[in-house]
This record gives sequence, C-alpha cells and structure tokens, in this order.
Amino acid sequence: MMNTQAQTYEPGTHPDLAPPPSTVGVQGWVRSNLISSPVNTALTVFAIYLVYSLVPPVLNYFIFDAVWAGDTSDVCRNEQGGIIGAACWPFVSVWFKQLMYGRYPDAELWRINLTYVLFAASILALALPQIPGKKWTAIFVLAIFPVLCFFLYAGGSFGLVEVETSEWGGLFLTLVIAITGIVASLPIGIVLALGRRSNMPVVRALCVGFIELWRGVPLITVLFMSSVMFPLFMPEGVTFDKLVRALVGVTLFSAAYMAEVVRGGLQAIPKGQYEGAQALGLNFPKMMYFIVMPQALKLVIPGIVNTFIGLFKDTTLVSIIGLFDFLGMVQLASTNPDWLGFVNTGYAFAALVFWIFCFGMSQYSQFIERKLHTGH
Amino acid sequence: MAAENSVIAEAEPPKVALWNDPQARALFYQVIVLGGLLFVGGTIINNTMDNLARQGIASGFGFLDTTAGFAIGYSPFLEYSEENTYFRALTVGLLNTILVAVIGILFATALGFIMGVARLSNNWMIAKIALVYIEVMRNIPLLLQIFVWYFGVLRPLPGPRQSINFADSLFVNNRGLFAPKPIFEDGFGIIIAAFIAAIIAIVYLVKWAHKRQDETGQAFPVFATSIGLLIGLPIIGAVVAGFPMSWEFSELKGFNFSGGMEIPPELVSLTLALSTYTAAFIAEIVRAGISAVNKGQTEAAYAVGLRPGPTLRLVIIPQALRVIIPPLTSQYLNLTKNSSLAAAIAYPDIVLVFGGTVLMQTGQAVEIIAIIMGFYLFVSLAISMFMNWYNDKMALVER
Repeated sequence: MMNTQAQTYEPGTHPDLAPPPSTVGVQGWVRSNLISSPVNTALTVFAIYLVYSLVPPVLNYFIFDAVWAGDTSDVCRNEQGGIIGAACWPFVSVWFKQLMYGRYPDAELWRINLTYVLFAASILALALPQIPGKKWTAIFVLAIFPVLCFFLYAGGSFGLVEVETSEWGGLFLTLVIAITGIVASLPIGIVLALGRRSNMPVVRALCVGFIELWRGVPLITVLFMSSVMFPLFMPEGVTFDKLVRALVGVTLFSAAYMAEVVRGGLQAIPKGQYEGAQALGLNFPKMMYFIVMPQALKLVIPGIVNTFIGLFKDTTLVSIIGLFDFLGMVQLASTNPDWLGFVNTGYAFAALVFWIFCFGMSQYSQFIERKLHTGH
Repeated sequence: MAAENSVIAEAEPPKVALWNDPQARALFYQVIVLGGLLFVGGTIINNTMDNLARQGIASGFGFLDTTAGFAIGYSPFLEYSEENTYFRALTVGLLNTILVAVIGILFATALGFIMGVARLSNNWMIAKIALVYIEVMRNIPLLLQIFVWYFGVLRPLPGPRQSINFADSLFVNNRGLFAPKPIFEDGFGIIIAAFIAAIIAIVYLVKWAHKRQDETGQAFPVFATSIGLLIGLPIIGAVVAGFPMSWEFSELKGFNFSGGMEIPPELVSLTLALSTYTAAFIAEIVRAGISAVNKGQTEAAYAVGLRPGPTLRLVIIPQALRVIIPPLTSQYLNLTKNSSLAAAIAYPDIVLVFGGTVLMQTGQAVEIIAIIMGFYLFVSLAISMFMNWYNDKMALVER
C-alpha cells in the first residue's frame, strides 16, 4: 500500500485482478437484473409498486387481521353483528371434518385414514427412485388397493357397517373420484391407443371416433349424460348409484385423454424395437407386454401425471351434478345460516389444498422428465 | 415349362392354417368387435326405447317448435320472451356461449402473451411475478376460480345505490357492470364504409410495398401508414356524416340502473376466470415457443444488420409462432369447452338453458344431450380445422 509506484510485470505474469465490484455480489446482481437499462429500471419500479399494492393487503386479509381461533362465527363479527373484513379461519376448523370426509360416520373414519396411510406409503415407495420393489408396489396399488378400498369404504361385508355413498364427501370424495378415474382409465386408454395404431380399419375407426368424441366435448356434458342418459340405457329395474354413474363418466372421459398420452409414448418407440421383437418370434401380446409397453409407459409417466392433475382439478365439476366433493362441501358450508358471508375463507382453504396437491404433482412430473431426459 | 412351374410353386407362400393367417385373423377380430358393438348398441337403444315409452316421454326433435314458456336472464343479441320456441331458446344459449368464448379467447391471448414474455424478461422481479402468476393460476381448479370471482368478489359488492362509480359513466355493483351504450344514428354506415375501405387500401398497400422492396430494395413505412389509414379514414367519414353516434348512459332509477349497456355479474366473473386461468397456460406455451428459437437466429439477424425490432418481427416471432400455434389451438378449444362451467353460476349458456331448464321440462335427455354434444363437437372440429389450415400456412417449407 505504501508503494504507489507502478510496478512492471513481464507480459503474461501479471496476477489476476479481482473483477470490478460493480459486476459481482449483490451490487452486480442488482445492476444486471434490475436496473440494467432505463426500461428495465422502469419495469422494476412498476414491479415493486405492484408487489407493494398487492402483497400487504392479501397478507393482512388472510394472516395478520384474520381470526384464527373460535368455535362459532361470532368471533368473526364486530359489535354490530357485521362481518369483519378479513379471513375467518374458524370457518375451516368448525367444518373441517365435513370438508375432509363429508358426512361419513365418525366411528368409521379410521377406514379412510387407514387407506390414506397405505396409499401415501405406496406412492412414496413408487415415487422415490431409491426404494426397490417398484413392480410389486405397482401391482398392489393398481390391483389390490382399489378392491381393499371398495370393501373398506362401502362396508356391508366382513363385519363392517355399511356406509351409503350419499354420505361420502369432501376431499375424500374428490380423491376417490380422481384416483378411480385415473386408475381405471389407464388400461382403457392403453387399449384405445393400441386400437388407434392398429392395422384393422374397423378397430381403428372405432377408436379414433371414441377418442375424438370424448375429447371434443366438455366434462360437464359428459357428467350430465352419465346422470340423465345412463339410467335410460339400463334395462328396467337396474339402477346405479349416482357416484358410480359419475365415476363411469369421468373414467370414459379421462380414458380418451389417456389414450392420446399413451399413443405419444408408442410413437416415440423406434420401429426397430417392434421389428426386433417380431424377429425373436414374439406374438403381438408378448411383443407389447415385454418390449414396447415397458418403454412407452416409462416415457409417458410425466404425461400421465399431467392428465391426473387435470382430472384432479376437474373433479370439482361433480358438485354441479349434486355430489358433495371438497368444493361442493365448501359451498354447502357457506350456505349455512350461521356462516353466511365467510365463503372467501373456505375458498382460500380449498385453493390452498388444491394448489399444494397440483403444484407438488407438477414438480414431480418435471423431476421425472429431467431424470428421463438425461438418460439419452 | 416345368422350370417355370417350379419357380411359381416356390414363390407361393407356404400354406398356413386359416387361424394362423394374419388377414383371416384380422377379419375375424373386426367381425367380433363390430358384432359386439352392434349387440351392445342394440341393447342400449332397445332399453332406451322401453324406458322412454314407459315414462311417456316423446322422442324426436319436434319439441324444438313448441313454446318454451321460460325466461332467460340474459340475451344481448336476440329478442327472447317466454312465448318463443325452444329453438329460439337454443339459439340464445348458443350465442351466449359463443360470446363468452370469444371474449375469453381475446383476453386470454393478450394476457397470456404478456405473461409469457414477462416470464422471459431480463428483469428479475418481472420474471418472478409472471412465474408466481402462472404457478398460482394453473394449479387451482377453474370452477373454484369462477366461484371466487362470482360469490367471493362480485356478489358481495354494494347495491346499485352505493355503486362503485368511474367518471359517472361506468358503474359496478352487485347487479353487474353498467357501461355507456353506443347509439348508431343514420349515416353511421359511412364510417363503417370508410373503415372497410381503409382495410382494403392496407391490403393493397402491403402488396405494393412488398413488390417495390423486391424490385428496388427501398422499404416503405407500411405500419405507420396503415395505422394512419385505419384511424384517419373513419374520422374523415365521421366528419363528413356529422358524427352520427351518441352514447346512452346508465342512470339510477329507483332500485336499479336502466339504460346503457348492462353486463351481468355472471358474464363478468365467467370471462374473468376463464381468461386469467387460460392465460396462465398460454403464457407457458408462449415462453416455450420463444425459448425454442435458437439464440443463433438472433445473433445471425444482428450480424446481417437487422435492428432489434425487425429481428423480433421478421426472424424470432415467425419461428416461435410455428411452435406456439398447435398447443395454442388446444387452449382455445379448452377455453370454449370450459365455458360450459357457466352452468355452475347460472349464466344462461347452452348447457344451462338446454341441459338444465329444457331437459327438466321435456325430459328428452337423448335429443338434448345430443344437441349439446353436437354443438361442442362442431366447434372443436371447426377450430381445429382452422388452426390446421393456419399451421400448414406457417409450416416450414423444406427444400
């Protein structure tokens, strides 16, 4: 420091200088990301204004000014009996059981919770690449678990009390519809996708027609159809439960979307794989089962997860045909005379739950996509 | 002779049993499938006939000509009253669905492109705000968003007397949105004619400018001239005709507003929810489309001396559109199909009018569901055909 005289270096021997302070660290980051040009600075100011005018009111409404505890709606009213201008979380805690399970009897809730634990454990075992035994877990989830769930939920056998489907509701019903829809639509979708790529003109035409018909109409008309037309199709005296009819509609609808996802996977398999399988003397079912499907289905896992996210969000539509799913329960609770005017809190809770489910699944699907991508 | 015969004999495929012959098998499978389908279809039709006859429900489309006898809350294009036929009610429902779809597509496209570009912005805050918007909107069910707008935002608004007032011309209250309505007087045709003339002039101008640039290399300020024509000609027309247009303002009379343009809260919340939800998906499509254009394209355009504006317009956007158009089509289709959620908040679209009221009154489920599904199928096919045509036009022409 004392020596201010310029030091001379042989060419190429000067030690590396530190980069200018304005290009590194916090200062450099702000310079290059927020104020790199006049337009950029203006945008930053606009963005700060936007955040300032949106975030504090939202936080105040839902967190700081909100009422967090209480057993009645009175805690959320002012002296005149008016509604406070903030979220009322007791709405959620008071109605929590209904929002989660509908009118399912209290004493039987263990059945639902048991299946939740089993399902969460097997999904974890499937989702994490480190855990072995994928094949057996998948067989359990796809084949044994649905049967187990059916007997547990409906009851009426093995000494279990019968629970009518009209008592099912809340998030539980949403999950039942979404998961049944996706599990049942996978095999139908595979068959349709194979049919669409078949060489037989009749089969191909039928599959194309089926897929395009369901993909061309909104789910709500399918649900209307299953609730009003399905009973007409049945012989006299045969009636089906409202939930079963909705499930049939949802399954056929998502099967068409699933078929297109699976077709994408089939198209991605090189022709050499088919020819190789045929050269080994495998017949069509064996070729599909051992060679083509394992590769194709692995490729379309992200697509299946995305279809599931769409279906999960679409299950809310069953509230229009009179089933009380999660959103339907929020609506029902908000029409209770004691709780009029607190529906926003219910919506916020529902939105949060749906968001966590859907965002989690989409992150997982992106993780799988990246994982599959690096393999090639 | 003998040699030829043996060649032919060798070329003939080995005789296989009929059940091992691929063609015979294919035929057999198809006959089975068709037969099964006919059997199931026949049973269903038979059951349906029996059920309808037993419940005393008429069949056929004759009911369309009978008097509907119910009111429809909102019919901006057609006069409709209880004495009109079911067919007219159907038309009203159709027009209402199309109205929501068109407004929704316009807003969703505009917002989606803004958000998609913002997501790629160099500005960290803008990019993060767009990211938060996209991730929040697309992971919350659409029906929930419609409910939030309708039951959560618009219905709790104050009544007509305490309306939120914008410059005494736009009023927002729990009965909807009240805006001034343009009244077209005699001579308005001149303005429309001037507008059409401007469009025709622009088409010819573009052709001429292209030709001139090809021949002489001189560029013509097409964009500025077009805007000038588009605004200038109608203004001249208006001056010539003596401004044949006035506004009818909404006024508070008694307990509600009258006059002006009334937009019901159902329509407002439906279009808001549909367009903000679909915009999140469009934003992701736009982002993917722009990122798909190689950075080398921009660098090459700069290297041949194009400025940033023409680079974007002539190099980046045409290539990005090629990636964007197909998924954008399916988003437009989704929006149109999702507009059927109108039924949940009682906006009188085709599903509510026909699948709700008319179905309740006549019980002719088969015909009504067929009409509704037929309409959506027609729209789906029409949009995808248009987009396929556009896609072919935009597609890469390879040598």
